Amino acid sequence: MSQAPNENPSCPGKRDKHEARRDFLKQSSALMALALTPPLVVKAGEHDETIAGLFEKMPVSLEVNGKAYQLSVEPRVTLLDLLREQLNLTGTKKGCDHGQCGACTVHVNGQRINSCLTLAVMQEGKKITTIEGLAQGDTLHPVQEAFIKHDGFQCGYCTPGQIMSAVACIREGHAGSPEEIREFMSGNICRCGAYDNIVAAITAVKQGGHTV
Amino acid sequence: MNQFSYVRPASQQAAIDALTKDKSARFIAGGTNLLDLMKNGVVAPEKLVDINRLPLKSITLNNNTLHIGALTLNSEVAAHTLVTTRHPLLSQALLAGASQQLRNMATTGGNMMQRTRCSYFYDITMPCNKRTPGSGCSAIGGINRMHAIFGASDQCIAVHPSDMCIALAALDATVLVAGPKGNRRIPFGEFHRLPGNTPDKDNNLGKGELITGIDIPASPFTQNIYYLKVRDRASYAFALVSVAAALDISNNTIRSARLAMGGVAHKPWRLHEAEKALIGKTPTIENFRIAATVATQSARTYKHNAFKVPMAQNSLVTALSKAAAV
Repeated sequence: MSQAPNENPSCPGKRDKHEARRDFLKQSSALMALALTPPLVVKAGEHDETIAGLFEKMPVSLEVNGKAYQLSVEPRVTLLDLLREQLNLTGTKKGCDHGQCGACTVHVNGQRINSCLTLAVMQEGKKITTIEGLAQGDTLHPVQEAFIKHDGFQCGYCTPGQIMSAVACIREGHAGSPEEIREFMSGNICRCGAYDNIVAAITAVKQGGHTV
Repeated sequence: MNQFSYVRPASQQAAIDALTKDKSARFIAGGTNLLDLMKNGVVAPEKLVDINRLPLKSITLNNNTLHIGALTLNSEVAAHTLVTTRHPLLSQALLAGASQQLRNMATTGGNMMQRTRCSYFYDITMPCNKRTPGSGCSAIGGINRMHAIFGASDQCIAVHPSDMCIALAALDATVLVAGPKGNRRIPFGEFHRLPGNTPDKDNNLGKGELITGIDIPASPFTQNIYYLKVRDRASYAFALVSVAAALDISNNTIRSARLAMGGVAHKPWRLHEAEKALIGKTPTIENFRIAATVATQSARTYKHNAFKVPMAQNSLVTALSKAAAV
């Protein structure tokens, strides 16, 4: 879904420009991080107690979209920033960064959460699924297909979060009626106002009996 | 966000020790309020003590008392059969709060520990006695549409935003606490504080004290209950006014009643006098109106929130009517 804007003929080449800017930002922030990080060794704890000091990074092992990662992060790095900045998984969006918009929604051990309001170090040992992990190769997830078919987005910025939330909403059993869908999707804001079409997409997947 | 050290203690005692030793340390559970406050620079702890690995995640029934471990998620509590059958008011209140994503992160203890707050508390460029004691209250002479109508002081008029806590106040829950001096039990109504001259203190927990869980006693309030939340949009917004109503009705007579309100005070606002006014009465709109008038007698309003008094009265009547199905 993150490539959907490319299919819009009105903005050819947009993705390339964005990627160039993104790579520049990544390079410069990596250099900056290198310059600022003191060469301290992380001590992973005695008696099962894990500790990271004020300027220390600490090891984090987690699985993202089926792939195991062993990473080193500052305690203050959110899961959202880890996904976007360290793993290059920029499908998960930073909207408000305060848990108010839902653009950063990912699944942790199968449950949807706001990745902006949790620390990466708190996710030790967890299994994370992002929008990049939904499709099976070139076959889109039924909810991704439905969002395209029912025109469940305009600008697309909230869409990865909407789709991750929608998949969880159906799996939880909270997609029984348009009213229930609206209530249980209320943590995902769409400022283009594609709500009617989002509800239609979720309803179609639910009624279609697809395995999500 | 400020830099901080991070510790993940392996035992409850180690967690309490870590907080007792370090003045600026904070526990972190779901993090949904704490990290938000840290991103805004409202608080800047130097150490976070991650309690998520402690064995405080459970929902059990012991001698008819429902015990909910402090780390049980809001979504887990809302959906649990023991809660939906024995204390459906709590389930309704939880589902009225936040979004499903946040309920999948927020814990029972963390919900109680979320700050009583207003937009001036969050705006670090403005005076706020809660954030910086003695600096003044920007809300009293400012935009105070969302603010308290009960129990406020000339220091602070912010409201507690929880829905879960309103139901727990109505259900006479008990807060279980462990700390450097041992364990203690706090009646729910005595857990949170009114602002008085110390609006920086939201509750009566001491340094190093950790909420381990809550107990909810058996109650007759399984049928005639309703949680009403009135807000600016249909879902995912703080309450302007919320009402937890529970009635025990037999032979068309109210045997006992529980009423608490949210969005109106610095702490969950229990309405004891209005409850008394309902006992022995028939469940009618007229009697609910009388109780609602009793409930709002001590209301005091500010420039922009006078609407909350009739809204509170009407909300009480509506919630009681829904609870009694009249």
